Amino acid sequence: MSQELTQEQVQDLEKKAEKARELLISTLLQAGSGHSAGPLGMADIFTAFYFHILNHDPKNPDWEDRDRLILSNGHICPIRYVSMAQAGYFPIEELKTLRKINSRLQGHPHRTALPGLETTSGPLGEGISQAIGIALAAIIDKKKYYTYVITGDGELDEGNIWEALMFAGKNKMHNLIMVIDRNNIQIDGFTEDVMPLEPLRDKLEAFNWHVMETDAHNIKQFVDRIQEAHAIYEKPIAIIAHSIPGYGVEFMEKDFHWHGKPPNSDEAKLALKELRTLQGKIVSEHE
Amino acid sequence: MLNPNLKLNEKLFDQDVVVQPTRAGFGSGLLELGEKNPNVVALAADLTESTQAQKFAEKFPERFFQTGIAEQNMAAIAAGLAVSGKIAYISSYATFSPGKNWETLRTTAVYNQANVKIAGHHSGVMTGPDGATHQATEDIAITRCWPGIEIYVPCDAIEAEKATIASANTKLPVYLRYSRDKTPVITTDATPFKPGKMQTYWVTENPKVTIFAMGYMLYYALLAAKELEEEKLPVLVVNASTVKPLDEEGILEATRHSQAVVTVEDHQVMGGMGSAIAELLAKTTPLPIEFIGLQNTFAESGTPKELLAKYKMDAPAIKEAVKRVIRRKI
Repeated sequence: MSQELTQEQVQDLEKKAEKARELLISTLLQAGSGHSAGPLGMADIFTAFYFHILNHDPKNPDWEDRDRLILSNGHICPIRYVSMAQAGYFPIEELKTLRKINSRLQGHPHRTALPGLETTSGPLGEGISQAIGIALAAIIDKKKYYTYVITGDGELDEGNIWEALMFAGKNKMHNLIMVIDRNNIQIDGFTEDVMPLEPLRDKLEAFNWHVMETDAHNIKQFVDRIQEAHAIYEKPIAIIAHSIPGYGVEFMEKDFHWHGKPPNSDEAKLALKELRTLQGKIVSEHE
Repeated sequence: MLNPNLKLNEKLFDQDVVVQPTRAGFGSGLLELGEKNPNVVALAADLTESTQAQKFAEKFPERFFQTGIAEQNMAAIAAGLAVSGKIAYISSYATFSPGKNWETLRTTAVYNQANVKIAGHHSGVMTGPDGATHQATEDIAITRCWPGIEIYVPCDAIEAEKATIASANTKLPVYLRYSRDKTPVITTDATPFKPGKMQTYWVTENPKVTIFAMGYMLYYALLAAKELEEEKLPVLVVNASTVKPLDEEGILEATRHSQAVVTVEDHQVMGGMGSAIAELLAKTTPLPIEFIGLQNTFAESGTPKELLAKYKMDAPAIKEAVKRVIRRKI
């Protein structure tokens, strides 16, 4: 169970997140292919989960009372692997095996391959439903654990997402907390060009969810939101986490486009292409 | 003759043979599972009554979940329940589940090795007047290709209840295939049923052909066998009630003397039970095979009887196939 953070704790988490980004870049370069932007943008949130929010035990990943963290947009799994390794689920050294033959770190996460993963994911739109099933089991078994699910924003195009939103809203699933990585990009460009999601907050509220928003790179603010979410009993909770794809990478940091405003369609495409390949150093899986 | 060891329905060939839909066996089996095991949960997508999950839903409302008309959501919620220790039964028409939600099931239930049981109803042309949109005729093909799943297709309502109950005994995902219309009750409570075991329902000495029949079509295969015996053409009829895992030993034993095969299923001949048997025989003891089923076509609205006749899947068609395959024997 998370509690309000002290200044010292915030600094410690920020350092861990910085380390996570370093590990992530070296892991992606070693892997030679995969996604970069999404994982970088969610480094702070994964750090907050694994080092403060989750009630978990890396040495006992099947502990039945653990909080569940479900990753719906499985393609950003490299950051989850990094956080898990940092937290002690497996040796940091093993990160080098990502996407390689005979590895437990599959290109998209596979539950039975690696203890500590709650689901298999990659094909988009399926994570909230699985999280609902896990949260329903908690209700049946009178367990107190929370079920958290991280989704992408582009993935909200999937019909299955809205089936799940309707179900959770109808059933007032207050033990279910969804975090949406609102980074405004998807494979073919800017989300609002490919298939507009806005007004996203209104849509979620219309589906009977309690909606909050956060800066995805402000760990204290995110933890506060989770605290607030725990106090809500009438509805499932959605936290729209506004993130900058590729956050923390020098060439992105220095690009003004990415600071004050979301990118336009062409910029997003160009930047995304650069990011996907870490400036040509790895192969994007969509090329 | 009907295999006397299997305690089959002695009145099977009577005019007034008892008829029941196999989906009724799902309903009673699921209810019994609910009573026996508190970890059994069920989900339906607005077809609770039609797919006979209603009794379970009424008796165990805290373990029943209505997803509305949302088969993907139903599949993935079931997977979430299953990885949390539940045995999750999802019930819908087979064209929608495992049809419409195929990839969801592939990822979240099958590859994920979650204890999800897929009850697919309204299979085959037996669905009748609803037309081809609602007649699931590819469901075996699209599930049989999944590693790590078992597939049971009960021949009647009694076996359907047994198969439903047995499906909870494995932690693997299971696809259970049921049909809509009332069909003759072939077995009795005393007839043995074991997943993965094919049993010979019609026995004879010196068989010329072995017929493998799946689901309710077993009745028409037995009718054909009875008539063929009168024509001095002895055959064996095997109940192919488990399509996966395939009873390789049983199939080889059942074909050892006949050296010719007819497969009978209310499904496309592509990728179905017949294909599974052909794959096995091709790599062990190649034999001539005739395939009864839909021949690379969709069916249409009509009564089950009319459809079986038009698409050459009834007892006369089975007899013809037996005669054809005999001519092909080396």
